[in-house]
Amino acid sequence: MVKIDAIMGWKKLNLGAAITEPGSASLFKTGSWRTQRPILDKEACIRCGRCWIYCPEAAYSPNGDGYFICNLDYCKGCGICAEECPVGAITMVLEEI
Amino acid sequence: MGKRIGIEVSIAVAEAVKLCDVDVISAYPITPQTHIVERLSEIVADGELDAEFIPVESEHTAISVAAGASATGARVYTATSAQGLALMHEILFIVSSMRLPVVMTVANRALSAPISIWCDHSDIMAERDIGWIQTFAINGQETYDLTFHAFRVAEDHRVLLPAVVNFDGFTLTHVIEPIEMAEKEAVDRYLPPFQPKLRLDPDHPITMGPVGVPEIYSEARRQLEVSLLSSKKVIVEAWEEFGRIFGRYYHPIETYRTEDASTILITMGSATETAMLAVDSLRDKGQKVGLVYIRLWRPFPHEEFFEAVKEAKVIAVLDRAISYGMGGGPVFSEVKASLYNLTQRPYIKNFVAGLGGRDIPIENFIEMVDRAEFSAANGLPPTYEHLDVREE
Amino acid sequence: MLPAEAKEFTGFKARELPEGEYLVPGHRACQGCGAALAIRMVTKALGNRIIIANATGCIEIISSAFPQTAWAVPWIHVAFENAAAVASGIEAALKVLMRKGKIKKEKITVLAVAGDGGTADIGLQALSGALERGHDFIYICLDNEAYMNTGIQRSSSTPYGARTTTSPPGKKGIGQVTWKKNVAMIAAAHSIPYVATVCPTYYLDLMNKVKKASLITGPAYIHCLSPCPTGWRYGTNLTIKIGRLAVETGVFPLYEIVDGRVKITHPIRRLKPVKDYLQLQGRFRHLGDEHIHEIQERVNKEVAKLIALEKFGSFYKTALSYF
Repeated sequence: MVKIDAIMGWKKLNLGAAITEPGSASLFKTGSWRTQRPILDKEACIRCGRCWIYCPEAAYSPNGDGYFICNLDYCKGCGICAEECPVGAITMVLEEI
Repeated sequence: MGKRIGIEVSIAVAEAVKLCDVDVISAYPITPQTHIVERLSEIVADGELDAEFIPVESEHTAISVAAGASATGARVYTATSAQGLALMHEILFIVSSMRLPVVMTVANRALSAPISIWCDHSDIMAERDIGWIQTFAINGQETYDLTFHAFRVAEDHRVLLPAVVNFDGFTLTHVIEPIEMAEKEAVDRYLPPFQPKLRLDPDHPITMGPVGVPEIYSEARRQLEVSLLSSKKVIVEAWEEFGRIFGRYYHPIETYRTEDASTILITMGSATETAMLAVDSLRDKGQKVGLVYIRLWRPFPHEEFFEAVKEAKVIAVLDRAISYGMGGGPVFSEVKASLYNLTQRPYIKNFVAGLGGRDIPIENFIEMVDRAEFSAANGLPPTYEHLDVREE
Repeated sequence: MLPAEAKEFTGFKARELPEGEYLVPGHRACQGCGAALAIRMVTKALGNRIIIANATGCIEIISSAFPQTAWAVPWIHVAFENAAAVASGIEAALKVLMRKGKIKKEKITVLAVAGDGGTADIGLQALSGALERGHDFIYICLDNEAYMNTGIQRSSSTPYGARTTTSPPGKKGIGQVTWKKNVAMIAAAHSIPYVATVCPTYYLDLMNKVKKASLITGPAYIHCLSPCPTGWRYGTNLTIKIGRLAVETGVFPLYEIVDGRVKITHPIRRLKPVKDYLQLQGRFRHLGDEHIHEIQERVNKEVAKLIALEKFGSFYKTALSYF
């Protein structure tokens, strides 16, 4: 079960248990679900951004040099980026424990 | 002071909604509620009220539209009856728990089967625990007045809960009554513009209706419960203010000739005025009989109820609904529960009458008093009886 | 009629896609979730001047477990069957509050989101009502072809032959025995200004259609095939590929219907065999050649129908051709 911080009593709860902090799920690191991680070969990368647009987690983001870097805090290791990379620049490797 | 005119009660309710300057009305026809939304559609079509009138495809959608509009910050109104209220059931809990101050008029009507368009209280009694403020009117003037009150209380930041105003199908909905109509200026003084505390707004993105994990569900429900229980203070305050502005005063529990009464009738809704005539007639004969009628059904006003009946030895409760499998009606259950902790409890007897539009004449109330007093005097078990049902 | 703004919109460019993320990382969708990916693209296309009404379902539960929310835009969940009704209320409230000067006048897109259960089954009435009333909103059905949230039960959107937990193949059964309900065409029958089918594999097509839907005044219905590794039984890395094959085999053709005019937006004249699509998924693994043939025949017929609709140019002309 997820460890839940910020659990409060009913008096502090927003009306109807509404959540007023947008995007707070970013506190929830889904990277721990992963059994394999993507490794990017920058030499081969053509900076097309497929990995970025096809990531269901929005774990990839542009790094300013035109590359797209995967944030392993959130990457669940689905492997779509490696599968869809048109030049095979991403490989999935098993997470070592 | 406003003018007193002869007007059908449903039409008067629509006029009250107009004076409340609602923003969104969701409407679906069902007898005997339909005249309210018909009139509102005319009011909007004539440009007398700037509102979105949404003729939906079901009551489930009527209340869902109301939820969406209220969450966006609009003042929202809808009305329904019987099967329509039952179809809304699922969403009613959500509206209260999300703290959306929707106001709804319910024209009380029997539930199917057999299908009946006529009055009883089965529809709203099935919705006792939805977390809405619920009031009952005994005549047209009250229905009209309670409509303003419902908006004022629902939208009060100390409350922020939806509210139902109950009035009896046909016996009130379709009756033309002299009603003192309010002036717009007075309504504006009474009812400030709706200021939502939280709303769906791209400038402040919030998430409404999240998944209530076990760690928070109890707190969310407790919040609703406390808000409803503590709304009584605001409800009473708003009635006091209503009295100051409009000259008509309302209370959670109303009494009629209860001074020194040893037997008290308990009623809700339009049968109350008939019961008053019965009390008059019994008083004329020297019987110490009084009447208590429940105006505020949720939150239930325990203290006021106790104050009103504490001197009585015998109580006869009228129910226009059956609590199936429990024996008796829902008002009976609540009244008994409310008084259980007293050391000196009165004798409480229940009468189920007036189902599906069956008339409850004065004689019925006299019979209730007689039977209750007889049962009490002879130490019979305080059970319930049906009045006017052919038992063969 | 398309407003000028919609006509001027020339489409997103692959190299200049909006960077905003409105379903943020940290949501709890399964690995390789096609629906989460699709809604990420949808919100990217729309930007942050939107309000979402979400039906109960996968996207609702993966995004909003208290006390955290994955949404960076205003979002509400009320119940399962009423996303279109709640969206109707939001749209009406925005309209009247802006008209009365109670909130500032601006273009806010109202988006209803539901799965195939919330759309094709329990929510169909509310959807039909909202489309018929003409509210200015977008309804997107994220179709993963079964009740995935409750554990892969069949819906009326589950394709023929598919194994689900309530359409199991057995000695006497082949899995789902009914053909997929075509909700996009049901929506089109309401004569609404915009209907489209999309799939996240074709992300530019998806984002362009969603954007176009927002620029059109009135209801828009978008049906999104959302491949689901958990329910369809394929590797989590294959979501995009499965979507591509669904389109390339004609199982899920991409098209749009603007003011009744059908336009196929991805060529379907030279199709791959449906077997290429079916054989990658565990939910179809039990099917024999006979059933695969049956599915191929059905797809051929549906595709021919769509091509005919496009050829005649519109529903209107199709109807006239009978006389």
